[in-house]
Amino acid sequence: MTLLEIDDLRVAFPGPSGPVNAVNGVSLKVDPGQTLAILGESGSGKSVTAQAVMGILDTPPARISGAVRLHGRELLTLPRKQRDRISGEEIGMVFQDAMAALNPVFTVGHQIMEVLRVRRGMSRADARRRAVELVDRVRIPAAKDRIRDYPHQFSGGMRQRIMIALAICLEPDLLIADEPTTALDVTVQAQVMELLAEIQRDSGMGLLLITHDLGVVAEVADDVAVMYAGRIVERGTVEQIFDGPAHPYTEGLLASMPRVDRRDDVLYAIPGAPPNPARLPAGCPFHLRCPRATDECRTVLPPLEVLPANRASACHHHEEVLGATRR
Amino acid sequence: MPPGDDVVLRVENLVKHFPLKGRIPFTSGGVVKAVDGVSFDLRRGETLGVVGESGCGKSTLARMLVGLEQPTSGAVRFGESVVHTAKGRELRALRRRIQIVLQDPYTSLNPRRTIREILLQPFEIHPDVLDRRRRIDRIRDLLDLVGLDPDLHLDRYPHQFSGGQRQRIGIARALALQPDVIVCDEPVSALDVSVQAQVVNLLERLQEELGVAYVFIAHDLSVVRHISDRVAVMYLGKLVETGPEASLYDTPRHPYTSALLSAVPVPEPAGRGQRQRILLAGDPPSPVDPPSGCRFRTRCWQATETCATTEPPLAAGVHPVACHFPLAA
Ligand SMILES: Nc1ncnc2c1ncn2[C@@H]1O[C@H](COP(=O)(O)OP(=O)(O)OP(=O)(O)O)[C@@H](O)[C@H]1O
Ligand SMILES: Nc1ncnc2c1ncn2[C@@H]1O[C@H](COP(=O)(O)OP(=O)(O)OP(=O)(O)O)[C@@H](O)[C@H]1O
Ligand code: SF4
Ligand code: SF4
Ligand SMILES: [Mg+2]
Ligand SMILES: [Mg+2]
Repeated sequence: MTLLEIDDLRVAFPGPSGPVNAVNGVSLKVDPGQTLAILGESGSGKSVTAQAVMGILDTPPARISGAVRLHGRELLTLPRKQRDRISGEEIGMVFQDAMAALNPVFTVGHQIMEVLRVRRGMSRADARRRAVELVDRVRIPAAKDRIRDYPHQFSGGMRQRIMIALAICLEPDLLIADEPTTALDVTVQAQVMELLAEIQRDSGMGLLLITHDLGVVAEVADDVAVMYAGRIVERGTVEQIFDGPAHPYTEGLLASMPRVDRRDDVLYAIPGAPPNPARLPAGCPFHLRCPRATDECRTVLPPLEVLPANRASACHHHEEVLGATRR
Repeated sequence: MPPGDDVVLRVENLVKHFPLKGRIPFTSGGVVKAVDGVSFDLRRGETLGVVGESGCGKSTLARMLVGLEQPTSGAVRFGESVVHTAKGRELRALRRRIQIVLQDPYTSLNPRRTIREILLQPFEIHPDVLDRRRRIDRIRDLLDLVGLDPDLHLDRYPHQFSGGQRQRIGIARALALQPDVIVCDEPVSALDVSVQAQVVNLLERLQEELGVAYVFIAHDLSVVRHISDRVAVMYLGKLVETGPEASLYDTPRHPYTSALLSAVPVPEPAGRGQRQRILLAGDPPSPVDPPSGCRFRTRCWQATETCATTEPPLAAGVHPVACHFPLAA
């Protein structure tokens, strides 16, 4: 059965000139053990989507509609208490900023033990044993001693791993990681991603990975969804997306990437700025910046259309794009 | 000695030790050696990239360069001035000339001020830079420059922006007073690659037009390669290798640099799992009690007795390396 299923999710915030439609009809699926990467423009609604799944958006002010199903069970309509229990036990979350997620006044061991005692009703001794195991699992040397340390006594990379230990301590079926390695150097990044992959192999945990790092996506994702202006504009397997994108935004994104093995004079950048979510243009939200835009694009919103090989693109001219990008 | 004509910032043996407050048993009274003897020259209109392990002291170095942190010893010279001994008028001039763009877009903007207020603030501190009536035009231009829409965004608060949008506001603020040096501490790591490309192109264009010099700190080695003229690699508070961009990336000489470069993820799914990666053993050692001799020796596959007893100096030259047994070119 599908682990996570999001169906036509919409999130709006009140704004000075009408509602800000941060998420505009997002549908996606994550299977057990699978890694789905979400790429997209800054401000395209990736974090808000994650927050809606996690149930950590305040409503009001946010207005949420659509469906979020975990193991087939609808979460959005559940009473608050039940919802909190599910998102606490079955979904784990890792953020970019571990310092903000960990409580500075308690030791890391205390924080993990609290969760185990409250949620699992473990005794102090059992919770401590399990906390040591978890901290050891995320490869912190001398875990037995280190659980007595405070968050600030760890380096950035270690804190990130502590946060992963906290996120997986209840063995969630789904982990949502919102830019988990953005603040880390590439060697620690490689360690963290390897650790997540190992946990997935062992437990069949699904991973929803939000990141701007195309290199990381290429190395760990099974499937990729690309967001623009609150919508998914393209989805497919990681090979499909990297070898021949079917949407001009994805095409532009891949072209913008600097390379480590050579130096280009000027980086390609998609011209213009993303549209204001409070005032999306008519037609395709990308048309003002799209080199392939035609009259149709300026008036008709392209739906996310399923193409052969089970990929999908929300572009009127996806065939033309594919013809140009496919290697 | 004041820096020469083309040197805009001279960093001399900069050290920052944070005292430990006695929280950790056995080490109380010790210090965190965050930056431990860093020297370099930054030339006018140049970009120096700085890369290194999480926690190796990059942000601490950045904060000392702009006078936000008092060094334990050493000096940062700008023209005739020394950054952290300057006072009054001299200090104000320095503050205007050397700006910083911070790593964290979530905490670097005051949440209670609108974007308009945030961008006008530099002019309130330095009113002589621009006539009051022209300031609004300037900040509208700045927002435009960083890809935000002045009509829509001026009167919003920071929390109403995405991480990437906030980072662009921080860059606009740093550019407001047209400084000579901008220290960028991970200015693009929160941005998508296309916005990142826009910002990098923007920084490069401003450099050409205004001759501003950058110290550019980032974890993304591709971005650093693209923007930098020279690159410095830091490990546990010290520079271990510096060199021109092409020479350092194509022929790294320090084992740590080589490990770092080998860990860069490659954006080609087809090659997954086939790459040769140098896996470093263990974690970075504690900056409270760094290893004797070469600080990298606990993780270096080439370490010998000599490495444990004698610290390798960073020699002078175009592409110096602090290692007893540098890798062959
Ligand atoms: N609490 C909020 N109130 C009002 N608007 C918000 C709020 N949170 C987010 N937004 C808006 O919703 C949109 C989507 O934001 P979100 O944080 O999901 O972007 P993102 O895709 O995660 O971007 P980034 O890559 O920069 O992190 C943005 O336009 C943002 O300004
Ligand atoms: N105010 C402080 N008090 C005590 N220790 C500090 C303080 N600020 C930084 N440190 C320590 O100094 C060292 C260097 O930290 P710094 O933030 O400069 O690293 P960095 O290279 O910027 O890391 P990152 O890549 O994770 O941003 C770390 O060990 C850190 O814990
Ligand atoms: S629908 Fe038209 S404007 Fe939109 S991405 Fe496709 S070609 Fe470009
Ligand atoms: S000096 Fe020795 S330990 Fe240090 S990097 Fe060189 S070979 Fe390795
Ligand atoms: Mg986000
Ligand atoms: Mg830093």
